[in-house]
Amino acid sequence: MATTVNTFADSARTALRLVSSFDPALWTIVARSLAVSATACAIAYGIGLAAGAWLGVARFRGRGLVLTLLNTLLALPSVVVGLLVYLLLSRSGPLGFLGWMFTFQAMVVAQVVLVVPVVTALTRQTVEDADVQHGEQLASLGAGRFTRGLLLAWDERYALLTVLMAAFGRAVSEVGAVMIVGGNIDGFTRVMTTAIALETSKGDLPLALGLGIVLLAVVLLLNALMAVVRGWRERVDGITTAATRGLVAT
Amino acid sequence: MNAPDASLILPGAALRAAARHAQASAVDAPPLIALHDVGMRFGAVQALQGVTLQVRAGESVALIGGNGCGKSTLLRVVHGLVAPTDGQLQAPPRAAQAMLFQRPWMLRTTVARNIAIGLWLRGARWTDASARAMQALERVQLAPLAGRGARGLSGGQQQRLALARAWAQRPRLLLLDEPTASLDPHAKHEVETLMHEFTHAPAAAGQPPLTMLFASHNLGQVKRLARRVVYLEQGRVLADLPVDDFFDRERLRAVSPQADLFLKGELL
Repeated sequence: MATTVNTFADSARTALRLVSSFDPALWTIVARSLAVSATACAIAYGIGLAAGAWLGVARFRGRGLVLTLLNTLLALPSVVVGLLVYLLLSRSGPLGFLGWMFTFQAMVVAQVVLVVPVVTALTRQTVEDADVQHGEQLASLGAGRFTRGLLLAWDERYALLTVLMAAFGRAVSEVGAVMIVGGNIDGFTRVMTTAIALETSKGDLPLALGLGIVLLAVVLLLNALMAVVRGWRERVDGITTAATRGLVAT
Repeated sequence: MNAPDASLILPGAALRAAARHAQASAVDAPPLIALHDVGMRFGAVQALQGVTLQVRAGESVALIGGNGCGKSTLLRVVHGLVAPTDGQLQAPPRAAQAMLFQRPWMLRTTVARNIAIGLWLRGARWTDASARAMQALERVQLAPLAGRGARGLSGGQQQRLALARAWAQRPRLLLLDEPTASLDPHAKHEVETLMHEFTHAPAAAGQPPLTMLFASHNLGQVKRLARRVVYLEQGRVLADLPVDDFFDRERLRAVSPQADLFLKGELL
């Protein structure tokens, strides 16, 4: 037991030294990880926002089924996403000609697939709630259905900013998909989560722990940002919608 | 709360006199709205049944009745927000109408942009929309607040902003769903005065006069602003009388004992 504690304490000390001394090996992995997730979130946010805004106001036969599927995709395991993207991008797959397998792009695609349902579902819920309350007034002003959805999404932009942060949190902390389609290649496709998994299995706990500390710090920073956005919004508007509170809580 | 702006205050008698004078010309105007045997059903609820009603251009008509009697549904049907399940409806296109809701909703942006976005949605260029928004704000004396966040305004100011947004669209028909129901007496008076000004201002050359159809629980307001009163109960029109006749209890009783009972209850 004492040996375990000593090992943990030693590893933690070494990890903190790696973080504070800006160890190039560690910070290269951190930078790549943030770049992959930021790119994926930017793409997923564009797609998910438009799809969610439309789904929030659209009424069509089979909408209930679409929403059930969408909600199911929220719980999609990242390894399954990795497998699907692997099948798409592998040489014999339909997108094999792109040559993206085990590249930065492959990891971005996997995270986009993972995050689009999150952004779409949360945007849809936010826009639909707003539409129930205010949709008639926008329709009265002359807004068509999709314009109404986009205007409501714009009006709920602070709530949707927290959606973006939640999506980034999901992307940056997943390991299964990027491991499968990225291959965890040192100096090329190794990101924080895959590096933690690898270093832990090798017994190199300080680097794994150092990366874990940075990952936790990133998630903490995101939550702090959400709180700042919420506080700012309350100051600006004097109100906080129930939808935003719910999203921040997640 | 600031003191009421003197330019917004008109004595009730002056409002009533102006209303009658300005609307005398509406008598011979063609109907702007015509409903024939209109029904509206929401699932098992029959919100409107057999509603036949005409409103002429330039008229100011009040819809009154208890909660759930169908006033709001009737306004929404006329505005085209819901399609009637029965009957025939003739009304100007929604682009020629504006509607005010009991609790106006403002986009999370500035006061001026709230009006400009409404105009932009109706096809105006953004620069034109912005200029017209400022004119409308001056009209309701909110121009000094043009750059402020619309959601930070008081209830009365928001309703004045909603009126400005409606007025900026230059509608032929103004629909108002209990526009002063949630306001304090001072704000109520300001909004009512603006309603009066909008509907009784001389029409621009070549422009038809503004027609107003409004739902209200405020009988004083109905007296001051309406030329005709339509009483609804359980989705049916039980009385449709000139305002003086409506408030003449004997005449009202002869037309609709239920409407008279309602009036008696409200006046108690």
